Amino acid sequence: MLSYIFRRLLIAVPTLLILMIISFYLMQLAPGGPFTSERPLPPQVLANIEAKYGLDQPLHMQMVNYIVGIVTQFDFGPSYQYKDRSVNDIIAQGFPVTLTYGTISFVIASLIGISLGVLAAIRHNTWLDYVAVGATFSAQALPNFVMAPILIYVFTLKLGLLPGGGWNGGQWQYLIMPVIALSTSFFASIARITRSSMLEVLNSNFIRTARAKGLSERAIIWRHAMKPTLMPVVSYLGPAFVGMITGSVVIDMYFSTGGIGRFYVNSALNRDYAVMLGLTILYGGLTVMFNLLTDVIYAWLDPKIRY
Amino acid sequence: MKLTSKSVLGALLASSILMSPALAAGNHPVTGEALADDQTFTYWELDERSSIDPQVSEDVSGAAFVRDLFEGLYNQDADGNLVPAGALSHSVNEAGDVYTFNLRPESKWSNGDPVTAHDFVYAWQRLVDPELASPYSWFMHVMNVKNGDAIVSGDMAPEELGVRAIDDLTLEVTLEAPTHYFALTTVHGSTFPVHRATVEAHGAEWTKPENIVVNGAYILTEHVPSERTTRERNTMYWNNENTILDKVVTLVINDENVALTRYFAGELDQTGVPAGQYPKMKAEYPDQAHSNPRLCNYYYTFNMTDTTNPAFKDVRVRQALSLAVDRSIITDAVLQGGQFQAYTFTPALTAGFVTPDVPIASMTQAERDAKAMELMAEAGYGSDNPLSFSMLYNTSEGHKKIAVAMSQMWKQKLGAEVELANQEWKTFLETRGNQDFELARGAWCGDYNEASTFLDLLGSSSGYNDGKYSNARVDELLAMSKTSDNTQPLYTEIEQIVSEEVPVIPVYHYTGVMMLNPALKGWPFNNVEQNWYSKDLYKVAE
Amino acid sequence: MGLVHDNKRIETIAENIVEGEAVKGRSLWQDAMARFLQNKAAVGSLILLAAILVFTQIGPYFAQWSNEEIDWSRMADVAELGKPSIENGHYFGLDDLGRDLYSRTIEGTLTSFMVGIVGAFVAVVIGTLYGAISGFIGGRVDNIMMRIVDILIAVPSMFVIILLMVIFERSLFMLFVGIGLFSWLDMSRIVRGQTLALKHKEFIEAAHAAGVGWFVIVVRHIMPNLMGVVVVYATLLVPGMIMAESFISFLGLGVQEPNTSLGALISAGAGTILYDQLWQLAIPLTFFLTIVISLFFIGDGLRDALDPKDR
Repeated sequence: MLSYIFRRLLIAVPTLLILMIISFYLMQLAPGGPFTSERPLPPQVLANIEAKYGLDQPLHMQMVNYIVGIVTQFDFGPSYQYKDRSVNDIIAQGFPVTLTYGTISFVIASLIGISLGVLAAIRHNTWLDYVAVGATFSAQALPNFVMAPILIYVFTLKLGLLPGGGWNGGQWQYLIMPVIALSTSFFASIARITRSSMLEVLNSNFIRTARAKGLSERAIIWRHAMKPTLMPVVSYLGPAFVGMITGSVVIDMYFSTGGIGRFYVNSALNRDYAVMLGLTILYGGLTVMFNLLTDVIYAWLDPKIRY
Repeated sequence: MKLTSKSVLGALLASSILMSPALAAGNHPVTGEALADDQTFTYWELDERSSIDPQVSEDVSGAAFVRDLFEGLYNQDADGNLVPAGALSHSVNEAGDVYTFNLRPESKWSNGDPVTAHDFVYAWQRLVDPELASPYSWFMHVMNVKNGDAIVSGDMAPEELGVRAIDDLTLEVTLEAPTHYFALTTVHGSTFPVHRATVEAHGAEWTKPENIVVNGAYILTEHVPSERTTRERNTMYWNNENTILDKVVTLVINDENVALTRYFAGELDQTGVPAGQYPKMKAEYPDQAHSNPRLCNYYYTFNMTDTTNPAFKDVRVRQALSLAVDRSIITDAVLQGGQFQAYTFTPALTAGFVTPDVPIASMTQAERDAKAMELMAEAGYGSDNPLSFSMLYNTSEGHKKIAVAMSQMWKQKLGAEVELANQEWKTFLETRGNQDFELARGAWCGDYNEASTFLDLLGSSSGYNDGKYSNARVDELLAMSKTSDNTQPLYTEIEQIVSEEVPVIPVYHYTGVMMLNPALKGWPFNNVEQNWYSKDLYKVAE
Repeated sequence: MGLVHDNKRIETIAENIVEGEAVKGRSLWQDAMARFLQNKAAVGSLILLAAILVFTQIGPYFAQWSNEEIDWSRMADVAELGKPSIENGHYFGLDDLGRDLYSRTIEGTLTSFMVGIVGAFVAVVIGTLYGAISGFIGGRVDNIMMRIVDILIAVPSMFVIILLMVIFERSLFMLFVGIGLFSWLDMSRIVRGQTLALKHKEFIEAAHAAGVGWFVIVVRHIMPNLMGVVVVYATLLVPGMIMAESFISFLGLGVQEPNTSLGALISAGAGTILYDQLWQLAIPLTFFLTIVISLFFIGDGLRDALDPKDR
């Protein structure tokens, strides 16, 4: 297993490199550039700006310079949109924010989702099942861009209990609404997958055998059914994680948290190449790590799985 | 802003030193109103500005920062007139191309250094320096300072710019040619001085709260990107004793409905009003909802080159489309913010401009519709041969509403089939800039309060003329107006030609709509350029 | 209790066998279909979905306003005049611009339905095949295939969509292509995970031993056992696609005016809750929720019907 992990980490480097190169060329293809503006710059000024940022060099040279900058100085370049800041600044300030509320949302969504799913499955076709499933419907009906303005309306305007936005270093009052808005739609999917998976598992032969052997329901569920149930759930957690990162864009917009999700979207729209690349590498790295983690968890859940 | 202990300490020290509670309570020295204890003003920003460096700032929100943190030669009062700021007065030579400014001796930087003419020289040279590559370097062209263009293109060194310090308190500016609006350009942020030693010591980081040195009424104390920025009283400012607001906070909120919600929750003192909501706000909160004229227009431009829709080459089609737009619906039913219907390119409230009478303005909408249908029939379009074209606008709720309304008007009255194309901002600019469109949205805000800032766009050599409209007489008139003493007749003729040829469809002239906490006083509602200064604002006790 | 011999029956059977009549077997799919039809909730939901589809086709005949026409007389004060009403022909009221919400909801439902189904279909077909093959073959091939998925997940999809929209002009078809391009990635990971667990099961080993080729094993033995997870995830994908489309439209890249989608309508409705125009949110949200709930029951029903362990 350790050698497997090591091999995976090793292959992460070329993976990220390829990701970088693809993204870089993709960005160049989209029309418009960072300096396309309502007041089109006189050609000479444009030339000055491009020379300053090294954008007048051939593409592959730009790519090489960029990679060299990262590897030797850990410098991800300047932002073309926010001229007073560098990409390092943006990531250093925004990433902890997204990580904080993202992780909390993820943990809460997983805990609530899995618990609800298990509960619904073992009490299949009882009122508990219906309530749990009903809860997931309500949650799915409220995607984050609907939930966010409603939460602010209720808790900030009508009840005056919570601040309407901002981050303030991550104090708990500023975390509550973003976490609720982000985790809601995910706990619904996690619950459904858990429920469905557990229903299948509970119907399977080896559980029937365990019951015939006279094991208590609790032992059956925790010792025998849980691990196979969790397989598809763990698979889903990967996409859920990525989905939460995309969802964090909406959270940043409505709650002004200053997280990197908003920067990701904005950098695409503003053609802020360095920010875009930097964040792509960040997300890519996170995705690779997370998928590695889920693969390791598979092996733990099902001992027959070997890599 | 990274929360290193050093920066936290620095910010704490700065704020404790600079907090001067002298006028926190008590009465306003002029009006006598009772002042609130907490003199903090919190306002809304839709998207974080790109920079607060005076020579780099390029958006409206950045300009608000620059006006508070730095001070140029002249400011504007509540009605938009020039008042002495960094300069006490100026004189012009006979020929009209050399301006001499006498600077205020008591101006200081926040670190105690005196503000001198050399600071202005440094800043203006910096604006055109190819090394800084400022996105606003074209403003020097508008100012018409000698050698500005040559320096931008790299043919001359920045030191050759037509500006020099005769002594510490006297600044001399030489222009390429006499420019009658030149003095007005000195209120623009790009002309504000910067502290040379600080800029050279810190490079691109000089605007961070721990480094920045300012000469304005406020200094930057806190910056959390995309969340909030705080500026506080600068006790070294020469007029600090008359500054009443202690603290100004900017909150970045990307959704205007959420901003409005938070305004009502008391978290903001000022915010915008989403399109169409103004009448309701005005009815329910008459002392908080405001609508004031702004120096901006909104129009649709035809592509006047060969790549356009062939139907648009016929002037009758263009005239018909302009006639069929019921502007009163757009201003009164869609926007509902007190905007002005536009039949000319230049807003009526531009200083010194008299809106000429153009035929379309004095017809009733029924008459316009009838004439439009007549013209279309003449041009050969009707139900058997419907006009078909595409209209391009950039992604935004507001622009979408207007485009949908206009397309429906054309469909119902003229049977035209209009394809609505919206593109995100950069793609839109690229498309429009390449004349890759048939009819595209445009808007322009004046750089200074005089009609030429608008009409120049219609000249064939203008870099902002995306429709590539070209009329020899208009070009001639524009050139004449630069040196003329009586510009109105020239402007009138230009507007009349434009109204005839319809290279653009003027739709409306802007108003600024906002919600403002009634406790905040001093807002310059009458200033069409909406140059507001925090030092002129104050909060009364409730 | 001893075995009772029913001589009569045995004779009948014997006769039939002798006459060479074989009992007609039922295929697995017929089995599944029968089981599905017994599930009342699932069938009910299928009928409901069909009803919605029928509504989108018939509904326009009752519409008094088109989906793009602005009601000039009412647009200025939608909060007051735009409420749903039978008399003025705006059964669902007006949207924020003064257009008939009834027609727009019909159109939006149809568009979102297609987006959801197409996206989910592409995801299921491509994702399942890719993931199953990757998981089954394992080893180096699995590694490479999954790393490709990693890269594709991390590539800024927005650029791809911007590019697609620009190169191919705005079209609904391109939107489907764009969404389809990215929807299969998650599915492939889930399927791969399940495949890893399945491939060590005894019946797969038996198939190996019997000499069945790997591709046949994947298609005939692994995939049916994946159905449960795939179906559930597919029913989650459809609303996910609908929401993804609304996000794309929100950026200006998706469905173009005056066409609309459920996601766009919900998004617009969410923006006006402050102004007492709740029907603009409630109505499209109801349609959306109905589709979600129906898909859930259908998914549950499908999973129960297709579960091989129940035979």
